[in-house]
Amino acid sequence: MERPLTARVRADGEAVTLAEYERAGGYRGLRRALQESPADIGATVREANLRGRGGAGFNTGLKWSFVPLGPDAPHPKYVVCNADEMEPGTFKDRLLLEADPHQLIEGLAIAAWAIEADVAYIFLRGEYTDAAARLERALAEAYAAGYLGPDVLKSGWRLEMYLHLSAGRYICGEETALLNALEGKRANPRAKPPYPQVSGLWGKPTIVQNVETLCNLPHILANGAEWFKSISRSPDGGTKLYGASGKVRRPGLWELPMGTPARELLEEHAGGMRDGTSFRGLLPGGASTDFLLPEHLDVKMDFDEVQKAGSRLGTGTMIVLDDRTCPVGFVHNLERFFAQESCGWCTPCWSGLHWATEALRALEEGRGTPADLAALEHQTRFNAMGRTFCALAPGAIEPLQSALAYFRDDFERHVRERRCPWK
Amino acid sequence: MARIHVDGRAYEVDPSRNLLDACLSHGLDLPYFCWHPAMGSVGACRQCAVKQFRDEHDAKGRIVMACMTPASDGTRISIADAEAAAFRASVIEGLMESHPHDCPVCDEGGECHLQDMTVMTGHTLRRYPYSKRTFRNQYLGPFIAHEMNRCIQCYRCVRFYRDYAGGHDLDVFGIRNGVYFGRAEDGVLESEFSGNLVDLCPTGVFTDLTLGVRYTRKWDLQTAPSICMQCSLGCNITAEERYGSLRRIVNRYHRDVNGHFICDRGRFSHGFVNSPGRIREALVRRDGGLVAVPPGEALQQAAALLSGRRVIGLGSPRASLEANFALRALVGPDHFYQGVPDAQGRLVGLMLDILRQGPVRTPAPAEVEEADAVLVIGEDFAATGVRMALSLRQAVRRPGFELAARMKVPLWQDAAVRELQQELRGPLFILSTCPTGLDDVAEVTQRAAPQDLARLAYAVGRRLDERVAGPADLPEPLAALASSMADTLARARRPLVVSGASSGSAEVIEAAAAVASALQARGAAASLVFLAPEANSVGLTLLGPRPFGEAARLAGEGGVDAVVVLENDLSWRFAPGEGQALLGGADLVVVDHLQNDTTAGAAVVLPSATFAEADGTVVSSEGRAQRFFQVFVPGAPIQESWRWLRDLGRASERGDAMAWEGLDAVLEALAAEIPALAGARDAAPGAGFRIAGQRVPRMPHRFSGRTAIGAHLSVHEPKPPDDPDSPLAFSMEGAPIDPPAALVPRFWAPGWNSIQALNKYQEEINGPLRGGPAGVRLIEPTRGDALYVGDVPPPFEPPRRPGDDFYLVAAGQVFGSDELSQRADPIAGRMHAPFVALGAEDASAAKWEPGVEVDVELGARVLRLPVAIWPGLPRGVAALPVGLGALRGLGLPAWGRLRLR
Repeated sequence: MERPLTARVRADGEAVTLAEYERAGGYRGLRRALQESPADIGATVREANLRGRGGAGFNTGLKWSFVPLGPDAPHPKYVVCNADEMEPGTFKDRLLLEADPHQLIEGLAIAAWAIEADVAYIFLRGEYTDAAARLERALAEAYAAGYLGPDVLKSGWRLEMYLHLSAGRYICGEETALLNALEGKRANPRAKPPYPQVSGLWGKPTIVQNVETLCNLPHILANGAEWFKSISRSPDGGTKLYGASGKVRRPGLWELPMGTPARELLEEHAGGMRDGTSFRGLLPGGASTDFLLPEHLDVKMDFDEVQKAGSRLGTGTMIVLDDRTCPVGFVHNLERFFAQESCGWCTPCWSGLHWATEALRALEEGRGTPADLAALEHQTRFNAMGRTFCALAPGAIEPLQSALAYFRDDFERHVRERRCPWK
Repeated sequence: MARIHVDGRAYEVDPSRNLLDACLSHGLDLPYFCWHPAMGSVGACRQCAVKQFRDEHDAKGRIVMACMTPASDGTRISIADAEAAAFRASVIEGLMESHPHDCPVCDEGGECHLQDMTVMTGHTLRRYPYSKRTFRNQYLGPFIAHEMNRCIQCYRCVRFYRDYAGGHDLDVFGIRNGVYFGRAEDGVLESEFSGNLVDLCPTGVFTDLTLGVRYTRKWDLQTAPSICMQCSLGCNITAEERYGSLRRIVNRYHRDVNGHFICDRGRFSHGFVNSPGRIREALVRRDGGLVAVPPGEALQQAAALLSGRRVIGLGSPRASLEANFALRALVGPDHFYQGVPDAQGRLVGLMLDILRQGPVRTPAPAEVEEADAVLVIGEDFAATGVRMALSLRQAVRRPGFELAARMKVPLWQDAAVRELQQELRGPLFILSTCPTGLDDVAEVTQRAAPQDLARLAYAVGRRLDERVAGPADLPEPLAALASSMADTLARARRPLVVSGASSGSAEVIEAAAAVASALQARGAAASLVFLAPEANSVGLTLLGPRPFGEAARLAGEGGVDAVVVLENDLSWRFAPGEGQALLGGADLVVVDHLQNDTTAGAAVVLPSATFAEADGTVVSSEGRAQRFFQVFVPGAPIQESWRWLRDLGRASERGDAMAWEGLDAVLEALAAEIPALAGARDAAPGAGFRIAGQRVPRMPHRFSGRTAIGAHLSVHEPKPPDDPDSPLAFSMEGAPIDPPAALVPRFWAPGWNSIQALNKYQEEINGPLRGGPAGVRLIEPTRGDALYVGDVPPPFEPPRRPGDDFYLVAAGQVFGSDELSQRADPIAGRMHAPFVALGAEDASAAKWEPGVEVDVELGARVLRLPVAIWPGLPRGVAALPVGLGALRGLGLPAWGRLRLR
C-alpha cells in the first residue's frame, strides 16, 4: 500500500530535511511541472480527480480552470495554502506541516505554476508554533536552493512564498474570510460570486487550497494521474489522511487509500472501542458533519459515498461517540464552539448558533423544556445551506440535526428527567 | 428591461439591479436591513429572503436573498411563499434575541425601521428565554447618542462611516452575537457626516441628541420641506417643530442634490432658531438703549426714519430672494446694495458670469459623482461645501465601477466591488493653500498660495488648449506636474473642475474656468462647479445689487440718511465697527432674527422669521432655485422679512407696488421685474395648489399633541393658523399621500414609519421623487465656444523676512465658518479655539513652537492667537480659521504681520 504523503515521516518526530526530501525524490514534481504548460498541469490534476481535502471535495484541477491564464490575465495572482486547521477533532494537516514541510512547499509551488501565480501564502493556524518554526526553516532552505525566489529552478519564473500566522479564528478557515484576514481586514466571509479565482486576494485571481490537497500535487506530477487513481479504492484519486478520536483504543491518524470503509478505520486502525464502551455513532469528517450510525459503518469513506449515507467526508477525521458519553453534552460542546466562532455577519448564524447553544446548555443543566427542543429543531432549518452567508452555520448544525434525528430519545430524557442522565 | 415574475405577476425591471431593489421600485413590501439604496448589498442580515423558482414548472423553489440576486430576465420569485415568509419572521426573531425591547423609552420608537420590519414580517411572540448580551455605551460627542444594546448587527453604520464617507474612528469590534459598533474609546465622532448614522441605523443605536435633549416622537412633530441654509449647496432637508421650537433636521432626499445624506453642520445647527439670542420683539432706540415696543409703533418709527430721506438697503446672502426683492422694492433698485464686501461680491459675480456665459455647464451636485477626473482648485469642500466632499469621494471610485463592470460584478455588490477596487482611485487633483479633507483620496495634493494655484491651473489649461495664456516661468517640477494633470484630464470623458469663493481669489476662479473651458474645447463633457459663500449668495447677486463700496462712499460723503439692513450682521462680514463706520452716521433699520452687533447699533429692529418660520426661495451654487417652507408660525410679532419690508413700505409710503398679500405675489413681481429669476416662481407649487381640493398637511396623521399642552386652560382645539403663502396646512388634515416632490413634508407611508419610507415616494429606487422636479435650474450656459477670461497672475513672492510678514488666507471650518450655525449649542461645542496656522518651514525659521502666542496684525486690527503648524502650508503664508472667535470680517486674503509678544 502506497503512502506518498507520509512515507518520509521520521520516527523521531523531527521535520524531514531538504536533503532527505530531495533524496526521496522531492521537488521532482516541481521540475516536471515547470516543463509543462500550466493548462496541461491543470488537466493532469483534473484527470487525477484530486478532490479538495479541506472538506468540500471540489475537483482541484477544475477549480484552477476558472483562473484567467495568459498574457491578458491580471497580476499579481496568488495561491494560498489554507493551513488554518481548527475544526474540532481534525488534526491531519498538522502532521503534514510538522513532519514534511518541503512537501507542502513543493505542492504550493506547483499550484502556483499551474495558475501562473506570482505570490504564495501559507496561512497557518497561529497555535501551530512547531509547524511555523519548521516551515520558516524549510522556506529558507527552499529559497537558498532556488526552489523559490526570483528565478525558480532557473526557469525565469518568479515565485515569492510567505508564511502568515493566523490571529486565531475558526472562520479564517473559510477561504474568503481567510483572504480578508490575510488582507488585514475582519475575517468575514465574502459573497460569491465573484469567486476567488476571479477576484481573490487584493481583488486578484487567487486559489486557496488545503494543506493535504497541495501535498498530493508533487506526487501526481511525479507519478501521473493514472498512478494517483490507482492508489485509491474509490473514484476519488489518491490516499487520504484518516483520523479517529473519541473512546477508541488507538486514537490516531493514518494515510490510507481513499475510500477505505469506516468500519476498517474504526476496528482495524483505531482498534475498536475501548473496554466498557460501545459504539453509538461517529462524525466522519470533523465536527461539522452529520452523525453516522452503526448501520452506516460499511460506508466507503470518500466524498460521494459518505454523502449518500447522509453525511459528509469533510476532513476525514472521525469523532466517535460512545454509549458512556451524553450525546446532548457532546453536541453542546460542539455548538458552543461554533457559536463562539461565528463571525457575527449573518443573522441566522450569530443569533441561531447562540440560541442553540443556550438551549443545549439548558438541557444539560436540567432546565430544558419541550420549547428548547423545538428551538433546536427550528435552528437546524433556520441555518440550512443557502440561508446563511457562508457554510459555517450549515456545517455547525449538521451534528445537531442528525443527533436530534438519531438520538431523539436522549434529548427527550433530559427534558423528562430534568437532568442529564449521564451525570 | 427585463421581465421578472413576483407571486405570479409580471414586472418590467432593470436587469442591472437586484431583486430587492426591483421589488421596492415596484412598490412591493419586502423587509431589509443591511441593504441601503446608496450603499448596495452585502447579504448580511438575510431579511429580504424570497423563494426563487427555476421556471414555471418548479414548485419547490429555494430561498435566496433578494438583495444578492440579480433581477435578470425570466426570474421567478415569491415574496408570499410560506417558507420564505416564515424564514423572514425567524430572522427578526433572531435579530431581536438581545434587543432590549425598550421601544417606549427609545428615541427611535415610532420611526424605527426595526419596528416596521418586525410588523411587516408578522413576528409577534418572543420565544428566546435566555439572558441577553449587553454592552457599555460610549460618549460620541454632542450630536449623537449611543445605545448599543439595541444593535441588530446590520453593519450599515460602519459601511457608511468608513467605506462610504472615509471616516476612521468608528469601527466594528468583536464577533458572534457580540459585535460592537463604536470607537476604540469614548470620544467625539470625527466625521463631518456622522449625523447620517441617525438616518442609517435601522434602530435606536445612533440617535439624534439635538432632538433627544427635548424629545418628541415623530408623530408629534410638525414638519415642512426645507432647504439647508448652512452653505450654498442647497441640500434638501425636512425641518421639524413642536411647541414653537425647531427640534430636528433630517435629510430630505433629492436625487440631483443631496441624495440620502447631509453633513453635520446642516443637520445639527437648527438650535439657532430656538436661541435665547433670538429677537422676539420689535425694538426701538430710546435713551441710548433698545426697548421693546408694539410692532405698529416700531413700524411708525422706522417709517419716520425713511420718509422723505435718502435711504439705501443692504441685502443679504442669507436672506431669501423674496426678502431681498422686497428690500429692493422698498428702497428702489438704484439704492439696493449687496451687504457683502466688494471683493466677495465681485467674486460671486465673476463666477456667475462665467457659468451663465459658458461654455461649460455647472452640474447638479449629485452629478459630481459621475466625474471621471477631478481638479479641485483652492477650495476645501470638506469644510465649506461639505456635502459635495462626500460626492467627490464617490467620484474617485469610478475606475472601480468600471473594473467591476468588466469583471461582470454588479455594482450593487458593494463588498465585491470594493474588493476588486482595493486602492484603485480615479484622478483627483487638489490644488489648495491649506490641507483639505479630501487629501486622503487625492492623487495629487499641491499646496501653494492662491496666485500660484492659479498659475499652476493656467499651465494645465495651456497644455490642454494653446489659446489659454500659460505662465511663462513656471519651475520645471510644477510644469511637469501641470502637464501630467492636463494629460490625465484630457483622457477623461467627464472631467470636472471645482473651485469656489473660499480662496478669495478671482485669479483662481478664472484659471479654473480656463481649464474647464479648455477641456470642453477638446470635446469632453466637462463640468465646472463654483461654490458660492452662502445659501443665497447666487440669488442675491442675480437680483443685481450695487456694490457695497459704492454705498460706503455715498455714506462717507454724507449722502445717506438711513439704511435698511436685511438679515445681515455687518460685523460678521466686515471688521469690527467697519461696517457701520462705512455707513457713516446713518440711521439703521435692521430686520433680523438674532441679536448681533448690527442690531445692537440699530435705531429700529424688526424681528424677522428664520428659515423655519418663513417661506422663501434661495438659489444654490448650482443656480437651482429651491423653496423652503414655513415649519411653524412664530410668536407675534415675528414675521417674514419680506412682510416687514412690505409693511414698512406701506407705512412709509415708499413701496407703492408692495401690495403683496402672499408669497406668490412677491414672486410674480420678482419674475416680472427680473427675468433671470423668473424661474424661481416654479421652484415649488404656489399657494393655490391643491390635491383633490386639499392642502398638504404639515402634521402627520398620528399627530396627538394638538390639545394636550393647553388642556389645563381649554380642551377646545384652536383653529389652525391660515397659510396664505403655501399649499401646506398647519393641520393633520389634508391630502395624505403623494404631494409634488417640492412639497413632501416628511417621508412616511403605511407600514413605513421611518425615513426609509422614502422608497414609497420615489419613481424607483435611487430615482427622482414622484410628482415632478423640485427646484428649478436658473443657470445654463449660453455659448458653445471656448471662453477665456482673466490673466495669469505674477507668482507669489514670499516675504524676505520670514516670521514677520505673512500672506494671510482663510481656512474654512465645518463648525464655525458659518454665521448662523455657530449660534447653535452643539455646533459651538464642536468649534476649535481660534489659532493662526503656518507652515513648518516658517515656524522653524521663526523658532515658534505650536501653541506659542503671537500677535496677528491685519490692517489696524491686532489679534492674539496661538500658533498651529500645518506642515504643507507654503512659505510666507499663514492661515486663519475664519469664523472662530474674533476671526471674522477679516477680508482675506490679505498681507499681515505676525509678531511674537
